[in-house]
Amino acid sequence: MTGERRIRVPALSRVEGEGGLFVRIRGDRIDEVKLTIYEPPRLFEAFLRGRPLEDVPDITARICGICPVAYQMSSTHALEAALGVSIIPEIRTLRRLLYCGEWIESHCLHIHLLHAPDFFGADSGIELARRFPDEVARGLRLKKLGNELLEVLGGRAIHPINVAVGGFYRVPRREPLLRLLPEFERGLEAAVEMTRWVASFDFPDYTRPYEMVALQHPDEYPMNEGDVASTNGLRVPVAEYERQFEEFQVPHSTALHSGRVDDHRAYHVGPLARVNLNRNRLSPTARRLADEVGLEHPCRNPFRAIVARALEVVHAFEEAIGILRAYRPFTPSRVAYEPRAGGGCAATEAPRGLLYHRYALDDRGLVTFAKIVPPTSQNQRQMEEDLRDWLPLVLGPDDAETALQCERLVRCYDPCISCSTHFLTLTVARE
Amino acid sequence: MSTTGGAQRSQSPRDAVARPRKVRLAVFKFASCDGCQLSLLDCEDELLAVAEAVDIVYFLEATSRVESGPYDVGLVEGSICTPEDAERIRQVRRECRYLVTIGACATAGGIQSLRNWADHEEFLRCVYARPEYIRTLATSTPIAAHVPVDFELRGCPIDRFQLLEVIRALVWGLRPRTPRHSVCLDCKRRGTVCIEVAQGVPCLGPITHAGCGAICPAYGRGCYGCFGPAAQPNGESLVSRFVSGGISAERLVPLLRNFNAAADEFRCQSDRLQRLGEGER
Repeated sequence: MTGERRIRVPALSRVEGEGGLFVRIRGDRIDEVKLTIYEPPRLFEAFLRGRPLEDVPDITARICGICPVAYQMSSTHALEAALGVSIIPEIRTLRRLLYCGEWIESHCLHIHLLHAPDFFGADSGIELARRFPDEVARGLRLKKLGNELLEVLGGRAIHPINVAVGGFYRVPRREPLLRLLPEFERGLEAAVEMTRWVASFDFPDYTRPYEMVALQHPDEYPMNEGDVASTNGLRVPVAEYERQFEEFQVPHSTALHSGRVDDHRAYHVGPLARVNLNRNRLSPTARRLADEVGLEHPCRNPFRAIVARALEVVHAFEEAIGILRAYRPFTPSRVAYEPRAGGGCAATEAPRGLLYHRYALDDRGLVTFAKIVPPTSQNQRQMEEDLRDWLPLVLGPDDAETALQCERLVRCYDPCISCSTHFLTLTVARE
Repeated sequence: MSTTGGAQRSQSPRDAVARPRKVRLAVFKFASCDGCQLSLLDCEDELLAVAEAVDIVYFLEATSRVESGPYDVGLVEGSICTPEDAERIRQVRRECRYLVTIGACATAGGIQSLRNWADHEEFLRCVYARPEYIRTLATSTPIAAHVPVDFELRGCPIDRFQLLEVIRALVWGLRPRTPRHSVCLDCKRRGTVCIEVAQGVPCLGPITHAGCGAICPAYGRGCYGCFGPAAQPNGESLVSRFVSGGISAERLVPLLRNFNAAADEFRCQSDRLQRLGEGER
């Protein structure tokens, strides 16, 4: 057969949001690879215009139910930049603690319920739990601890209500946070065991020449601030982001793609990029563990992103423990500001990678412009390029098996389609 | 030929009498943030037990197992804002014996219903350089605007314990019991000092459906209505009080036009306020 062959995955599973894959093969040549994103656009950047700036953290949280804190963090920092507000160190630390909660919750969800099943041919975390009851139960307990931290600090785990421009509506009392401490100490040990389990999975021997992009900060593992850095030597302040990276539209996706500004070439964001660019700033336990489990440096195997994710869970537990121990309530819970016309941008590290926001405000404190670049938009082009490279290696006579292998690669990125649609179904066409 | 591991387990005699077979549960997503279906995965202590009690046969976010309908229960997240989705929800309705909407998007249209007040073409041009690639509707509408809905679970996001109550009730063939009183009453139960009365902060608690646990006032901020209107809300009276207290329409309209902007009571009041505000100018 030298005709056209099409492989379609109409709806990708175990990803957040709606999208598919389409591959067209002519003879033995791969003609076209598309991540088709049909997630309906919700047009956040349009309806944010005219809203009071105070609404922005609550509204942008609704872009993603899995990483609402990331949207709250990037938006508050960008708005504070526009208002000329400098937050106090206590608020900065409490925001890191909140981010630790979200990294734990989101990473443990992806590791146990969405990604690990791929390594054992299981359909779901629930099916995986029949074979690995203790490991999955441990993963759910860790995830729950992340959520408990979010509940104490944020009022609830999904769409927390306590994040305000300038700080928090109310700072937590010491007791509910201290009550979490013994559980977090046990959680750290469990997260170390979880990382050893994940690192023992059977990984395909596959690497890619990625340019990896993440924030970099001189003395801490990046969450809320740092310069934008890449494994190709780029290092610029966040204000330069749009001079280095550009969003563009393709016909087959309701999510915008993002590439390097000069030639629209792909780049890779997420836990693997963060670990590669910041390995020496991981917490001591996470750094030792990275060496112990033999994570290469830099690691360019997309399948091993699950190991980077697990190491970040360890880091988040260890950092959270330090903050919980030292925490004392403080005032004011938020820094006061006066509305003024201006613009500001910020990038923070969402669980899935760098999340950039830019806003403009008028003198009454109303939003006049919003731009949001989610991690999955930035990874889309890289995922398509990976698939184009990966397909010849896994292309067999059975379309269903080929499609499954493609889905496995996509899931390494923990794509969040709900976020990026402002993203996936595999369709393979063979001719 | 799609029997899977879960189906062959032995059942207790009670189960065998009350539930001759497991309820087949499906979870569908339309325009949304995934947060409400995530609530099911956030039931960390109960998730594996739920997966024993019901047969989760379609839930794309959580499992690659995909079984076709019919389903006993369909949980629907998200609103309708594309022509394809307006068609797909009819198909979903045909396949589900009992259809439950979960969350503010599915129940009221969600935050994306703000487009209902705007020039949709202009919105598309604002976000996309090539709006002609995008096929969407000019409105975001709740599921009940398209097909009959058997039960609505409120919230942005829903409360996971209320979701467990819905699943429990449906497994046993009962009607779910979720309270319909206002957030205001839950503040009294919590012993939270009223921030509207004590601090003059505009708060939608008196007209907002319970379910969140009245968290916002407890954290020192006014309720912003994420569970939508309570049963028999008196929005006109509340809004009048705010206005007579000197709070401007410019501040109140966005408060009402939030995650349940298109819910009847909130929409009526925000429209009334807008006319009022325009009258003042």
